[in-house]
Amino acid sequence: MSTLLELTNITKTYPGVVANENISLSVNKGEIVALLGENGAGKSTLVKAVFGLVRPDSGEIRIKGDLIAAGDTAAAINHGVGMVHQHFQLVPVMSVTENIILGDEPRRGIFIDKKKAREEVVALSQRYGLEVDPDAIVEDLPVGMQQRIEILKALRKDVDLLILDEPTAVLTPQEIEELLGVIKNLASTGVGVLFITHKLREVMAVADRVVVLRNGKTAGATTPQETNEEGLAQLMVGRNVVLQVDKSDAVKQGIVLSIRDLQANDDRKHTAVDGFSLDVHAGEIMGIAGVEGNGQRELVEAICGMRPRLMGSVLVDGQETPDMAPHKVHRMGISHIPEDREKHGLVASYSIEDNLVLNQFDQPPFANGWIRNATALEQNATNLVENFDIRTPSIKTTAGALSGGNKQKVVVARELSQNTKVVVAAQPTRGVDVGSIEFIHKQLVSARDNGAAVLLVSAELDEILSLSDRIAVMFGGKIVAILDGKDADRAKIGRMMAGLAS
Amino acid sequence: MRSRWLMFAITFIAILYFYMRDSLVTTSVIGTAITFGLPLAMAAMVGIMCERTGIVNIGIEGTLLVSSFVGFFTASASGNLILGLISAVAMGAISGLLLSLLAVTWKMDQIIAGTIINILATGLTSFFYKQGHTIPSTFPEVDIPGLSSIPFFGPVLFMHGPLTYTGIILIFVLWVALYKTPWGLRSRAVGEHPSSADTAGVSVIKLRYLNVAIAGAFGGLAGAYLTLELVGSWDRGFSAGKGFTALALMIFGRWNPIGALGAAIFFGTAQAVTNQLMITQVVTIPQQFTNMLPYVLTILILAISAGKVRAPAAEGQPYEKEQA
Repeated sequence: MSTLLELTNITKTYPGVVANENISLSVNKGEIVALLGENGAGKSTLVKAVFGLVRPDSGEIRIKGDLIAAGDTAAAINHGVGMVHQHFQLVPVMSVTENIILGDEPRRGIFIDKKKAREEVVALSQRYGLEVDPDAIVEDLPVGMQQRIEILKALRKDVDLLILDEPTAVLTPQEIEELLGVIKNLASTGVGVLFITHKLREVMAVADRVVVLRNGKTAGATTPQETNEEGLAQLMVGRNVVLQVDKSDAVKQGIVLSIRDLQANDDRKHTAVDGFSLDVHAGEIMGIAGVEGNGQRELVEAICGMRPRLMGSVLVDGQETPDMAPHKVHRMGISHIPEDREKHGLVASYSIEDNLVLNQFDQPPFANGWIRNATALEQNATNLVENFDIRTPSIKTTAGALSGGNKQKVVVARELSQNTKVVVAAQPTRGVDVGSIEFIHKQLVSARDNGAAVLLVSAELDEILSLSDRIAVMFGGKIVAILDGKDADRAKIGRMMAGLAS
Repeated sequence: MRSRWLMFAITFIAILYFYMRDSLVTTSVIGTAITFGLPLAMAAMVGIMCERTGIVNIGIEGTLLVSSFVGFFTASASGNLILGLISAVAMGAISGLLLSLLAVTWKMDQIIAGTIINILATGLTSFFYKQGHTIPSTFPEVDIPGLSSIPFFGPVLFMHGPLTYTGIILIFVLWVALYKTPWGLRSRAVGEHPSSADTAGVSVIKLRYLNVAIAGAFGGLAGAYLTLELVGSWDRGFSAGKGFTALALMIFGRWNPIGALGAAIFFGTAQAVTNQLMITQVVTIPQQFTNMLPYVLTILILAISAGKVRAPAAEGQPYEKEQA
């Protein structure tokens, strides 16, 4: 077998962080190599180095035996490397065809040959069996389709080595199956595939070899035949991990949160939440499953008073909450773990101490009238840092200096420490290390056990399945079905998430 | 979009109506409108070319000022208009390169970078300005044989100076280039989503440098037009806010060269009509108020466009290749 890609001792440091340390790796022709690791393990940095988007400090990149200069994207492309990026590299306002031909346009004189470009796209999509509408505008397409365009874009240049950076993060289970099929197909035609993921299931399903990264170093290399999901998880985290969440049966009480015919628009003023009604009981976790972009974000924001409710109402204990008044909504007992912790959850330049009282800084005991109470603040922060296992040098450290997992723990600590009636948790473990995920899950379960109604919104179906007592599947801004958490079937939910009738 | 067509239709009917009533005055007013509107349209092209590649250029005013200054004094010293034109265009390109250096290479805040250019232009031109210089003549009017004898359209479109024709042609060339050529596709991609252009092997930095420099040269042409063809003299604060008005026209024209040209001619018409009314003393308004007109119109235009138009998405953001 001929070697396509060979990395030797790649090292890349960012100020204060070693992203990659002496990593070596190879990919052969027709082989699928999975690069597995937690968020922050250095997977993306490594493949960006291969593609010339990141300049490694030291180490050697050889493609088909040729040494590639650091940071030389053009050379990587010329050597037949194609990359599908984690964050889509598509121009939203342009058409599918324009996006695919960008950088290497078919010409007629000095002009773009639009007819030829279109034909080329149609031919490409037929050749690989990836159907697309060449004239559609990218921003109007669902994410699964956008990814297809990304893949076609990469394949157009006759690639020998295809790099996929977390390609399944935003897809439905069906789309994931399809994608894995496409990957296998490509490999059978001789293309080498380097496939990055943190999802063990996918690795087991498709990889020929697995390389596991941990904290920027190679933690091990193995094959799916030699190991299992538990073994891979252990390599990834460096210790035994409980993949299942340990929880008792829910003790359901009365209805606390009641959403009635809620309607809200997205930022582009299109209907995103379309007549959404749901009751959540005290002492249960209600999971909202759905492919991202089906109105979950808008739903959460409308509930928490951060987005105008065009119609409908949100009631807590039978009392209507005000529209567009997040602070008042919070006072009525709705805690919010926001999807974007950097933007809505924390003030990066404030200390942890202050971040822990962001929504009650003006309430006793933290303030008497308009004077803040330093002792109470310190007391509160010290307690929470300990109880919520926030790893920080001091409570005076600014929140911005913490790692993703610890930032999230600050948010979780603040929101769950206030004995609220309702917890709205949006993507509570996104971009968080496995250890913190375990911890945050436990905290959500214990909030439930203390009698809170938990509304959990997550794009990770596994998270929904393992935590939820009941599952509402959301599609196109509406609830498609509500299922019992115990007998929820992965494949069935997947179909519903894709908008197919059960 | 519909309101825009409505506006054009109303304009057209109005012109037709006035032409029937008084062909001579109407022709002269519209001709003047083009004369007034063209420098604004050309300045708006500077903005379009920069912003389409993601660079906000509020230094257009400075580019106009400094290039018209250099153009005028070169022509004055050498007695050669062509030399003046060349130096003005070169000066414009240099101001563009300076903006690139500040905003692309040094990743400075682009509003600050543009402000620096404006302040620098005002300061330098005021400092070096000497009274009493003249140029031998302005660029002469060139009547296009045949075409210029068509009634109405002849005098309006085909009896102008050479820089007017050049400017109008270049605006159409830019429009075609922006939407029909690989350069245009790449430029727009860089302005909307630079990392996708980068991953497709397009050098974001090089393209931004190139476009901002060409845009600056365009601004130099506008400056040369103002001083060497339209006015024939130069004074402190010569550009009189045209660079800022141009930005409003760029927005009103939705970052589209033809749109901005239309907006500029509409703008020029408003000014020409007011001038005509003043001259014929149909209405008597204190001059201070008519002098306000361009600025009031600019505010109105921006108020009308606000929130309805979509700027290039990556505008104003320096491009960082490495993202951790």
